[in-house]
Amino acid sequence: MDQFTINLLFVGASFALYIGIAIWARAGSTSEFYAAGRGVHPVTNGMATAADWMSAASFISMAGLIAFTGYDNSSFLMGWTGGYVLLALLLAPYLRKFGKFTVSEFIGDRFYSPTARVVAVICLIVASTTYVIGQMTGVGVAFGRFLEVDNTTGLFIGAAVVFAYAVFGGMKGVTYTQVAQYCVLIMAYTIPAIFISLQLTGNPIPALGLFGDHAASGEPLLAKLDQIVAELGFNEYTAHHADTLNMVLFTLSLMIGTAGLPHVIMRFFTVPKVSDARWSAGWTLVFIALLYLTAPAVGAMARLNITEQFWPNGSTGEPVSVETIESDAAYTWMGTWQQTGLLGWEDKNGDGKIAYFNEKNAETVAAMEAAGWGSENELTNFNRDILVLANPEIANLPGWVIGLVAAGGLAAALSTAAGLLLAISTAVSHDLIKGSINPAISEKNELLSARIAMAVAIVVATYLGLNPPGFAAQTVALAFGLAAASIFPALMMGIFTKVNNKGAVAGMLAGLIVTLIYIFLHKGWLFIPGTNSFTDADPLLGTIKSTSFGAIGAMVNFAVAYFVSKSTDPIPTEIEELVESVRIPRGAGAAVDGH
Amino acid sequence: MADQTSQNDSAQAEADKGYWAANVRIILISLVIWALVSFGFGILLRPALSGISVGGTDLGFWFAQQGSILVFLGLIFFYAMKMNKLDREYGVEE
Repeated sequence: MDQFTINLLFVGASFALYIGIAIWARAGSTSEFYAAGRGVHPVTNGMATAADWMSAASFISMAGLIAFTGYDNSSFLMGWTGGYVLLALLLAPYLRKFGKFTVSEFIGDRFYSPTARVVAVICLIVASTTYVIGQMTGVGVAFGRFLEVDNTTGLFIGAAVVFAYAVFGGMKGVTYTQVAQYCVLIMAYTIPAIFISLQLTGNPIPALGLFGDHAASGEPLLAKLDQIVAELGFNEYTAHHADTLNMVLFTLSLMIGTAGLPHVIMRFFTVPKVSDARWSAGWTLVFIALLYLTAPAVGAMARLNITEQFWPNGSTGEPVSVETIESDAAYTWMGTWQQTGLLGWEDKNGDGKIAYFNEKNAETVAAMEAAGWGSENELTNFNRDILVLANPEIANLPGWVIGLVAAGGLAAALSTAAGLLLAISTAVSHDLIKGSINPAISEKNELLSARIAMAVAIVVATYLGLNPPGFAAQTVALAFGLAAASIFPALMMGIFTKVNNKGAVAGMLAGLIVTLIYIFLHKGWLFIPGTNSFTDADPLLGTIKSTSFGAIGAMVNFAVAYFVSKSTDPIPTEIEELVESVRIPRGAGAAVDGH
Repeated sequence: MADQTSQNDSAQAEADKGYWAANVRIILISLVIWALVSFGFGILLRPALSGISVGGTDLGFWFAQQGSILVFLGLIFFYAMKMNKLDREYGVEE
């Protein structure tokens, strides 16, 4: 059986499983569509939230970004897990106590203002749509590879599948499907990592292998990696080269953003009790950590494998020849990935070899020229988003592992895209239409408008996904910045302070607008390529990249809200009572529809 | 009778205040640790910890790529346990 058939088999079987579950648990009422009743156990909920949360960015993209940058991209690891601490301590239990379905309902009620609710809906839609763009990038890469078509075709096919899948059910269907997706994606991520860790270090646990010894050389793995990438003129893997201020702000943006993303917060409305909301956040992080503790090992080990494939005898030996790449089975992955347009190489100096090194490092270039390998790097394109999917092929693992990884990548992208589309459609139909525009809307029309909103969101995301503002994880990081600047401060102030309606509205608008403008200035207006005035290589404010600006947006939000609130009327007594009651678990009932 | 109810109410309000203050204190302690392991050990204090080596690199690198995640996990479960105990102490559990 060839690899293509194996991939189809794995992907097909996993899809059949998800669709089967979705049909079996199909949502009937609006209440089930949004919040799955409340019968979801914390562990189940944690697993589903983990699948919902870990998207194409975590699964497909993140290890690749770490592999090629090393320590400097640790922000992704700390940021995307550290946010759960904020969520568990500052938001989840109180929002569960409040007992409504959506984030904007809380903001609307707490700030006793339909305007606040509408502003929250807008913030939520902007952040979620940006997030879906990142997912579509990942979906394109995954479908492109496993159907062996180019990236664009893969993206269109993926978009159709995501849409069909998301309209099937609401939260209830999604919850159980996501449990299945979590199982598929975590196996797909860890099994190849275990194989590779055994090959390189002899340790079956990748997280321990990362800090263990490289079996072939007997040196510590990371020391070996530092040495061989430095020989090719790249930055040492474990060294700190990034701007420290930007790294801190970026990590903080990802953390705050995690705690401000509506599709994650919504999950904590569906557990039975306040104490369960606390446990649920912990269980979610347990399931997430299984992947996040493996990811840095995947990145480092892949970097080592790739470098050794191009320099089979070390950097002082000969680079790999074009003939070997074309004929040796160990290099088949290069041919298959070339088809997607995401990997490229070219024998620029016609010596029959492909020399891979940092051509921006003058010393290395001189050494390469002296050795006769030319002055140009001949690995012309290595898209970071392909690393995880290509990893088992690079390490020559069995065909079934490669098929499993394809299924896992799709599970990650699909589950998050579906969760986000649900959050967007909920925001439009429940909060915007039913909550403000037409409260008398029938249940049937509410569900219909939810599905129309999903369709519009996916068309926009697919269009922008064709020319994404960055690799999947970078686009997703922008979405986090937007959520950090708008939603999180409003929720936190709603619980921990007595900020009033005007303060909250002004804060959210200020946070969203400055962050959005800063992002658009660097990534193009509405992410349309070529309309940007600055680049992240040379940002407007010092060293602060657009992906890191969310933390500053959040500070603006807090500051504006505080000062506006100070200079306007204090909150009414009944809202003061609401704040007091949200803080105490006693008497939390079932989550109820606000209308 | 009315007096007693309002007395009970005000006693309840006092207890609720105490509960909330205890909660905020636990949150603050947890967040200090949260920031220390990530922004501290993982980034800003990494040079200061460079003398301590872990598996071919230094302690700061370990915190940035692995240690902080483990501490975050510990923190969330610590908080959940502490708070569930506090809920019972103040009789505010569901």
